[in-house]
Amino acid sequence: MFDFLAPATAEFLVELLITFVKVVLIVFVFVMGVASAMTLLGDRKQSAKIQNRVGPNRAMLFGLPFTRILGIPHFIADGIKMILKENTVPDGAHKGLHLLAPALVFAPSLIGWAGVPFMDFYCTGSITVDPNTYREICAVGPNGEPGVWRNYFQIMNFNAGLLFAFAIAAVSVYGAAIAGWASNSKFSLLGGLRSSAQMISYEVSMGLCLAGVLMIFGTLDLNEMARQQGYLLWGWLPMWGIVVQPLGFFLFFLAGMAETKRAPFDVPEGESEIVAGYITEYSSMKFGIMQLGEYVAVVFISALIAILFLGAWQVPFLFGDGFHFPGMETIEIPYIVVIVLRIGSMLFKILFLVWLQFMMRWTLPRFRYDQIMVLGWKILLPLALANLVVTAFIAAIL
Amino acid sequence: MSAKKTENTVVVRKVVRRKMNFAERTYIPEFAKGLAVTMRQFFKNSQPNVEKRDTFTRMYPEEKTVYPDRYRGHHRLMLRDDGQVRCVACMCCSTVCPANCIHITAAEHDDISIEKYPSVFVIDELRCIMCGLCVDACPCDAIRMDSGEHIQPFGERGEAFLNRDLLMSKGSLSMAVQGGENG
Repeated sequence: MFDFLAPATAEFLVELLITFVKVVLIVFVFVMGVASAMTLLGDRKQSAKIQNRVGPNRAMLFGLPFTRILGIPHFIADGIKMILKENTVPDGAHKGLHLLAPALVFAPSLIGWAGVPFMDFYCTGSITVDPNTYREICAVGPNGEPGVWRNYFQIMNFNAGLLFAFAIAAVSVYGAAIAGWASNSKFSLLGGLRSSAQMISYEVSMGLCLAGVLMIFGTLDLNEMARQQGYLLWGWLPMWGIVVQPLGFFLFFLAGMAETKRAPFDVPEGESEIVAGYITEYSSMKFGIMQLGEYVAVVFISALIAILFLGAWQVPFLFGDGFHFPGMETIEIPYIVVIVLRIGSMLFKILFLVWLQFMMRWTLPRFRYDQIMVLGWKILLPLALANLVVTAFIAAIL
Repeated sequence: MSAKKTENTVVVRKVVRRKMNFAERTYIPEFAKGLAVTMRQFFKNSQPNVEKRDTFTRMYPEEKTVYPDRYRGHHRLMLRDDGQVRCVACMCCSTVCPANCIHITAAEHDDISIEKYPSVFVIDELRCIMCGLCVDACPCDAIRMDSGEHIQPFGERGEAFLNRDLLMSKGSLSMAVQGGENG
């Protein structure tokens, strides 16, 4: 009865398998790995280095001193502690929503990775680069029949990737707000209000910055955006987002940092004012998930910045068949090396941005709540609007 | 009762606050300076050569604390030439001790030339304040505190009572002649 499905099913199953592998590798290995390592290395070791301290280095596994390296056993101990702690739900809390909120904080920042390209599509044939436009052409066979681009390095390719990423990032507001409301605690409620107010304020500026980028590249497809950033402006300058939208990059970086609710924009938590904000009433792994969700959001924002403004997987002057430095001979490089370089470039950019955000975190003092609102509405928003108008004029003239 | 009008004698000094210039108000150059400081410290403290880092932390169990030469931290009882305790149970140290931590019970010695000896000599290290007055007070160089050691941590209260044999095991022979030059 289902015989006619058989060939399609085999292909479908292979596709499914590839997608599954991609999901595991990107989300669970890379994102979760970086996010968990950040809880330790970024928050503890990096801050220790900045503040002339040593940081945690005492815990070891099975009493073996060499496992002390970088204090990693502390992180494992933290995880075990989180899992084994008692899970308390405050009296009068809305049990269902109290349980749902951590998932709503955590899941969006993981789902958002669906659109993040780690490399261009894989070309099954030989790849050549048009010397004038720097467009990569994938061809099979002697007569240059068009080859197949296979999507191996991005979980899902769709032409609204930017909208999707942005929409998904906005969903985590609900998590924070619901967590605040469902906890039956004044501190939580205030924290939830603060975080939703802050996130919504900064999303406005973020969206306007994105509109500028959108006008330049004319696409919402994140991979297409990344591909366009490889083109050379005036024949020598890679057209990265930071080059064509410098103010946009600056504003987006700031707004993105504020969006992640980490210091110096960590008003939703305030030890002396509202305890831990909307996570006050959370314990055990629910608390862990909330925290981890924030870290994943930091990595996700870094990935978005890398894609939109730092050329995603682009290495400057590297194209499908090698380096094309302006005014120089092409340096031929095998395609596989190009792939490795590009993936490495993307990972490096994400890690660098995460590191930079942590540096800023440990540099800046915490902003007051009203200062954050002033920064968001009175400074970032007008600047983003001005950036948009100027970009629109330039885009219209050129 | 009428409130007495007092003259204000408080000296008020007005601090002239410097107005921030535009660059400072934008916060960007100042922030860049701050970031430069944290970056410098980060890279300085991340370099492989530990000596060149700015961290002052001593890795304690692996790296012992270096005590000063004249550090006084642990009592010890000195010995006679024949290995007996040098103390003559004169009670000078327990009398002078401001913390009342030395407990001595004197006993008669079998040797006729030795008048008394401490059958019990206990120092309560939980009370001791390491002042060293007992060493000053001792007329026959029987107690010293110059072992250069830190006192051991105690697991139980009882371990803090250091008895005579333990204190003697840390001790050594004294250069001083027992009973004085003419004795």
